[in-house]
Amino acid sequence: MADTTVLLEYVEKLKAENAEWVADFKNARGEVTIFVPREFLVDVAWVLKTKYQFDMLVDLCGSDRGPEEDPRFEVNYHLFSTIHHNRLRLKVLLGEDEPNVGTVVTVWKTANWHERETFDMVGVIFDGHPDLRRILLPSDFDGHALRKDYPLRGYEPYSLS
Amino acid sequence: MSVAAQNIPSQLEVMDESLDSQMTLSMGPQHPSTHGVLRLELKLDGEMVIKATPDIGYLHTGMEKLFEYKKYQQGIVITDRMDYLNPLGNNLVYVMAAEKLLDIEIPERAQVIRVLMCELQRIASHMVWLGTSALDLGAMSVFFFCFRQREKILNMIESASGGRMTPSYFRIGGLMMDLPAGFERRCKQFQDDFPAALDQFETLVTGNTIWQSRTKDVGFISREDAIDWGLTGPCLRGSGVDLDLRRDNPYSGYETYDFDIPIEEDGDVWARFRVRMRELYESHKIVRQALERLKPGPIKADAPKIVLPDRDDMRKHMDSLIHHFLIVAEGFNVPEGEVYHAIEASKGELGVYMKSNGGPKPERVHFRGPSFVNLSALPTMSEGEMIADVVAIIGSLDIVLGEIDR
Repeated sequence: MADTTVLLEYVEKLKAENAEWVADFKNARGEVTIFVPREFLVDVAWVLKTKYQFDMLVDLCGSDRGPEEDPRFEVNYHLFSTIHHNRLRLKVLLGEDEPNVGTVVTVWKTANWHERETFDMVGVIFDGHPDLRRILLPSDFDGHALRKDYPLRGYEPYSLS
Repeated sequence: MSVAAQNIPSQLEVMDESLDSQMTLSMGPQHPSTHGVLRLELKLDGEMVIKATPDIGYLHTGMEKLFEYKKYQQGIVITDRMDYLNPLGNNLVYVMAAEKLLDIEIPERAQVIRVLMCELQRIASHMVWLGTSALDLGAMSVFFFCFRQREKILNMIESASGGRMTPSYFRIGGLMMDLPAGFERRCKQFQDDFPAALDQFETLVTGNTIWQSRTKDVGFISREDAIDWGLTGPCLRGSGVDLDLRRDNPYSGYETYDFDIPIEEDGDVWARFRVRMRELYESHKIVRQALERLKPGPIKADAPKIVLPDRDDMRKHMDSLIHHFLIVAEGFNVPEGEVYHAIEASKGELGVYMKSNGGPKPERVHFRGPSFVNLSALPTMSEGEMIADVVAIIGSLDIVLGEIDR
């Protein structure tokens, strides 16, 4: 398993910036996950990009833990640095009644399509996104396909006409 | 407006704006140079592109949803259908993520074969890219020379796995089966012949003045923008960023191979073309080294509850038969947790986020396709270019719609 001491230093540095930014963190399988409260996410992302050289957002994906879970949704941000080649995962937990989180398009332009996909599939709403439309599914599609309560074969056959 | 024009669906309508110098043109989804079913909504001023908006999703088949309903080992066949030009890369990233969750060690021979097959697949994928992108720009004959080489690789993959486009050759814990007799000889033959083919491509394309004038200073993206847009692979290295996961986040023993990472500074279509051409030489080098390293040994990890036993063992040992039955009928439980694993596929960083809830089926599998992210930078690259150059830019991005739409 990979050594995570370097990654854990970033957790400490973030805590030193603002103790509220890191709600919790997890160190497992050579990867470090930082749980960030939703209101601080954009700030944390900005500081990580500008101060700690995490200049690339490689992946952003949403996940549904199931309708009975609270908080129900999580959004994972996989950060990567083209300079020191470390990876970090930020995780935001969102409740079903308010699945909103601030957009990081202002930090990394690549977040645009990732956030659209997450909105399309899981139904997370990214506040401030310039163009939050469905991306893979048709614009008149009903529901969010990757939610756990969405049946595998859909509610009814979809017709293009 | 005539009656016939009124029947055209609004999304396909070619309409003039009030300025009457601008018009919106729908390119695709059935356009030969969009490499699949991609639709571009182009806002044009004369022949110049003011804004290009990609419209994707025509090939969406709900693969990520399907993963959640399939056992871990059943998911491998779904990955073949994503980037269908680089299926072994997709297999590799999927099985490696599962192996990371399970924490199992892969034997040396299996690692070497994985590297060997992935590099062969990279060459095959680049052959399709070179052939089709040259075809888009009007160089017809390159296509035939490229597909001749690709055919040899596909035949080798077929002999090893039984499938040409959908091999599913890598399994969680090792390989489906060992290389067949005569594979090494065929691979050596290919490796000896390939440099001559590379020379052929260089004479056909690289020195061609028309090719150069069609690709140079077209589709520029700066170093900063390339990183900001999340470009990876040859597209990023074409903008002068020295990044290759095979060296920077090594996996499968890539750190022990000797190869260079081609970088070009210009950030245009020509630079991306040169990076891929030079990568072919490097992949060829890795294939040669991997062939030298092939030593007899086990190809499956020592994990009887996860890896299917050999057919021969099943006839002789009862526990092998029991394990086989349990793996096929019930699957194996994967410890709770989440991983993100990324490899350098032929098109860039191919990543998979896998989350397990402790059962035999994953709770969430998300693929980060390099084509998806690279395509999102198309509007930036094609702004202010001629409409014919958009075709060159799409070719240089090397997209596969199966992976974008999933």
